[in-house]
Amino acid sequence: MSDKLISKTPEGPLSEKWTKYRSTVPLVNPANKRNLEIIVVGTGLAGASAAATLAEMGYAVKAFCFQDSPRRAHSIAAQGGINAAKNYQNDGDSTYRLFYDTIKGGDYRARESNVHRLAENSANIIDQCVAQGVPFARDYGGMLKNRSFGGTQVKRTFYAAGQTGQQLLLGAYSALERQVGLGNVKMYSRHEMLEVVMIDGKARGIIARNLVTGETERHFGHAVLLCTGGYGNVFYLSTNAMGSNVTAIWKAHRQGAFFGNPCFTQIHPTCIPVSGDHQSKLTLMSESLRNDGRIWVPKKKDDPRAANDIPEDERDYYLERRYPAFGNLVPRDIASRAAKERCDAGYGVGATKQAVYLDFRSNLINKYGRAEASKLGIENPTIEQLVALGKEVVKEEYGNLFDMYKQITGEDPYEVPMRIYPAVHYTMGGLWVDYNLMTTIPGLYALGEANFSDHGANRLGASALMQGLSDGYFVIPYTIGAYLSGEIKTKSIPTDHPAFVEAEKSVKDRINKLLSIKGTQSPESFHKRLGKIMWEKCGMARNEKGLKEAISEIQALKKEFWSDVRILGDADGFNPELDKAGRVADFIELGELMCVDALSRNESCGGHFREEYQEDGGEAKRDDENFMFVSAWEFKGESQWELNKEPLVYENIKIAQRNYK
Amino acid sequence: MSHGNMTINLKVWRQKNSRTAGNLETYEVKGVSEDMSFLEMFDVLNEQLVSEGKEPIAFDHDCREGICGMCSMYINGRPHGPLQGVTTCQLHMRSFKDGDTIVVEPWRATAFPVIKDLVVDRSAFDRIIASGGFVSVNTGNAQDGNSIPVPKNEADKAFSAAACIGCGACVAACKNASAMLFVSAKVSQLALLPQGQAERQDRALNMVAQMDTEGFGSCTNTGACAAECPKEISLENIARLNREYLGASLTK
Ligand SMILES: Cc1cc2nc3c(=O)[nH]c(=O)nc-3n(C[C@H](O)[C@H](O)[C@H](O)COP(=O)(O)OP(=O)(O)OC[C@H]3O[C@@H](n4cnc5c(N)ncnc54)[C@H](O)[C@@H]3O)c2cc1C
Ligand code: SF4
Ligand code: FES
Repeated sequence: MSDKLISKTPEGPLSEKWTKYRSTVPLVNPANKRNLEIIVVGTGLAGASAAATLAEMGYAVKAFCFQDSPRRAHSIAAQGGINAAKNYQNDGDSTYRLFYDTIKGGDYRARESNVHRLAENSANIIDQCVAQGVPFARDYGGMLKNRSFGGTQVKRTFYAAGQTGQQLLLGAYSALERQVGLGNVKMYSRHEMLEVVMIDGKARGIIARNLVTGETERHFGHAVLLCTGGYGNVFYLSTNAMGSNVTAIWKAHRQGAFFGNPCFTQIHPTCIPVSGDHQSKLTLMSESLRNDGRIWVPKKKDDPRAANDIPEDERDYYLERRYPAFGNLVPRDIASRAAKERCDAGYGVGATKQAVYLDFRSNLINKYGRAEASKLGIENPTIEQLVALGKEVVKEEYGNLFDMYKQITGEDPYEVPMRIYPAVHYTMGGLWVDYNLMTTIPGLYALGEANFSDHGANRLGASALMQGLSDGYFVIPYTIGAYLSGEIKTKSIPTDHPAFVEAEKSVKDRINKLLSIKGTQSPESFHKRLGKIMWEKCGMARNEKGLKEAISEIQALKKEFWSDVRILGDADGFNPELDKAGRVADFIELGELMCVDALSRNESCGGHFREEYQEDGGEAKRDDENFMFVSAWEFKGESQWELNKEPLVYENIKIAQRNYK
Repeated sequence: MSHGNMTINLKVWRQKNSRTAGNLETYEVKGVSEDMSFLEMFDVLNEQLVSEGKEPIAFDHDCREGICGMCSMYINGRPHGPLQGVTTCQLHMRSFKDGDTIVVEPWRATAFPVIKDLVVDRSAFDRIIASGGFVSVNTGNAQDGNSIPVPKNEADKAFSAAACIGCGACVAACKNASAMLFVSAKVSQLALLPQGQAERQDRALNMVAQMDTEGFGSCTNTGACAAECPKEISLENIARLNREYLGASLTK
C-alpha cells in the first residue's frame, strides 16, 4: 500500500469523530487569513458554496468557471431534491438512518467516517439554504415539504418542484456574488483551468486559459480546490451538460493525484430514450417521478398495442414483482439493470424497443384525483373529473419535467405513459481524498462530484446535492485549516517562478500541438466513437473480454486522435473547437483507466456489474473478502498505472447482501 | 433510428470578435429530422463546416434542457424562437417545415456585446446580482428551517420569480434593451420571503442603480419581455419592483 494513502480519519466513536475533530483542527487567525489565497476551480454547488464561505471567513479567494457565469454550472440542472435527516415527517428518520442508507445504497464501498459526517451536516444545509431565501416546497401550514427517493423508506428529500438544483445553486451563487461585490472573491468566468502548478511537491497555483481572448494566465494560490464536477460525458451521451468534462481532475491526476474508483459510474434508470444518431445528450426524468409513476412493460413480447390499450392484467410491473418491499423505489443500479434485462429479453416498448413505461395514470386518478375530489366534497367523481383534478397536483409537483418530456418527444405524459431507458448520469469515482478532502497532492483538494468520497459503488438519489453543499459549506472551511495553519509564513509566490513558466509552456505546447495536426476528423467525431466503446464495453454490464477489447480500441483511438484530429480556428480567440479537442483528448485517457479499473475489480458491486460475477437471480455478487477496498490509481506514464488500495473497515455497520426484496 | 429528410436554409450571423463587423451568411442543412433540437441542427451544420474546412459557428449552450440559461439565439426576430415558454435548446425541428428559411442572430443590446458569432457577454447580469441580489447571511448563521414558516401562497410566488434562468431574452426582446424583468424577478423573490425583509429597500435601490450603470435601457411597459421569457416570468414582478423602488426611494 502506498504511504500516500492515509485517510486521516479521526479517532473515537463514529458519531463523535466530526464534532471532536472540528473543534480541535488548527485555526488560522483573521489577520493571517487575509494573506492566504485560495483558488477555487468550479462554481457548482461544491465550488460556489466553498468560495463564498471561505471568503466570508476572510480568505482571499479566486474562483473559476468555464461557463459565462458561475450560475450556469451543471448543478443548475439537478431536478428532484436534496436529502437531509431532519425527521420533519416524524417517520423515524435520523442521522444514523441516513448514514446507514447511504452506505448500504453504495453497496458497502464507501468510507464510514465520511458518510456519517455527511449525514450529520445534512440538516444544517437545509437551514442555510432556507436562510438564503431558497424557495423550497411548502405545505399549507408554511412548513417544509418532503418526498421520497430510491433506496429509502422514509421521506427526507427536500425539493423545489423539479428544479431543486437550480434553486440551491442560485442560493450558493448569490452568496458567492455577494462576496464578489464585497471584493473578497475575484471571479474568472469563461476561464478553463488547464494545469496544476506544483512547487516543492505542493499545489501552488493553476494555469488557466481565458476562453474569450485565448490567452493563458498564471494564478498563484496557497491551496487549490478542484470542484469541477463529474466525468459522465466520457460516454458521449449522458444526462450531464455538454461542457461537463474531466480535464481539471485529469491534469491533477497526471501530476500525481490518485484517482479513486474510476469505473464506478451511475446509470440512471429514468431518462428519455435515444431517438436518433443526431442525439447530443440525454435528458433525465427525475427519480422523484418514481414516487408517483409505476414502471411496467407488456407481459407479451413485442406487443404492438398502444400503452393505454393494454389492460391492467397484461402489464408486468416488474420492479413491484421482483422487489415487493421497495417496489418502484429500489436504488438506481438495480432499477437500471432490471430495465435492461426486460428489454434484452424482448419486452421493450416504443420504436426502438429500448424503453419501458413510466406510468402516472393510476396515481393521478387514485392518489391525487380522489384526494382532491374528497377535499372539494365531490361525490362519485367521474374518471375525467379525477384526471383533471389529479393533473393539477401532478403539475405542481413535476410540471417542468412533464413539459420537458413533451417538448422532446412530442407526446403528452399526462395522457400516455412516458417511455424511459437508463442513461449515464453520475460518476461516483473521482480524485481520491482523505478525510480533509485533500488529494494525494499536498494543498490540492477535491470537492463535490469531482472526488470519489461518499457514495461507494452507487449513489442514492438526492445525495449529490447534499454532498456538494456539505463539502463546500461545512467541511472544507474547517479542514482546510489543518493545512493552511502551516502555510501562514508562505508569502505569495510571484508567477514568474520557473514552475509557473514551465507549466504555462507545457499548456501552450499542447495547444499548438493540437492545432498543428491539421487532420481530417472533428473532435466531436472522436468523442462519439469513444462514447460508443465505453457504453458498449464499460457501461451497464462489463466482462473481461469486452474490457480488454475496449482498452486496445481506446489506445488505437488515442493514436488516431493525435495524428488526425482537425481543429479549425486559432489559439488567440474564442474557439470552442479547440476547447472541445482538449477535453476529448483527456476523456480518451480517462476511458482507458476506467476500463483498467473495471477489469481489475473481479466482483460486481453497485453500478459496477461484471457479468462473470452474479447471483442466480441476476443480482450483483459482491466479493467482500477480496475487494473491500477503494482502488486508488497512481499515474505512472502513458497507459501505465499502479493500483493502491485503501482498505474499507466497517465498525458500525453489519455488512450484508443488499436486500430490497 | 430515424434520419430526417427536411432541408433547412439558415441565415446566420457571423462575427469574428467584438472589434470586427459581422454579417449574415447563408447555409443549407440537409437531413434534418423533426426529433432534432434546434441546437442539434447546428451541431450537424458545424460538422459539415468542419469537413469543408470552414470554421464552425460559435454559439453558447450547456445543459440543453432549458435550465442553465446559456443558450441564446434570436430566431426569426424572436429570442428563443417561435414557441412560448421554451429556450432555444428545447426548441425542436418539428416546429419548422421542410424548406424553411430561418434567420439566426445573437442577442442585441449595448450591455451585451458580441464576443463571436452568436455568443454575447452577459456578465452585466452577474454584476447586478452582486450589487444586491442576495440575503446577507454567512454560512453557519442559520436557524432551523422550519422556524420561519412561509405561507404556501407566498412561497409559490417566490418560487415562480426565482425560476428566472438569467438568459437575457427579456433584454433581447425589448426595444429599449431594458433588464427590468430580470431584476424584478430577483427583487420579487426576496421581497416575498421573510428572509429577504432586512435588506429589502437597499436591494431594490442598489440593483436598479447597477442596472442603469450597465447601460440597460429604461422600461416603457411594452411587455415584450414577459411575452418572450422562456420561464414565463410575469409582468407582476415589474409592478412589484416599481413599488419596492418607489417605497425605498421615499424612505431613504
Ligand atoms: C440532470 C441531472 C439531474 C440531477 N438531479 C439531482 C438531484 O435531484 N439530486 C441530487 O442530489 N443530485 C442530482 N444530480 C447530480 C448533481 O447535480 C451533481 O452531482 C452535482 O450538482 C455536481 O456538483 P459539483 O459542484 O460537484 O459540480 P458541477 O455543478 O458540475 O460544477 C462544475 C464546475 O466546474 C467548472 N469547471 C469544470 N472544469 C473546469 C475547468 N477545467 N476549468 C474551470 N472550471 C471548470 C464548471 O464551470 C462548473 O462551474 C443530477 C445530475 C444531473 C445530470
Ligand atoms: S426574466 Fe425570463 S427572459 Fe429574462 S433572464 Fe430571466 S428567464 Fe430569461
Ligand atoms: S442550453 Fe441550458 S438553457 Fe439552453
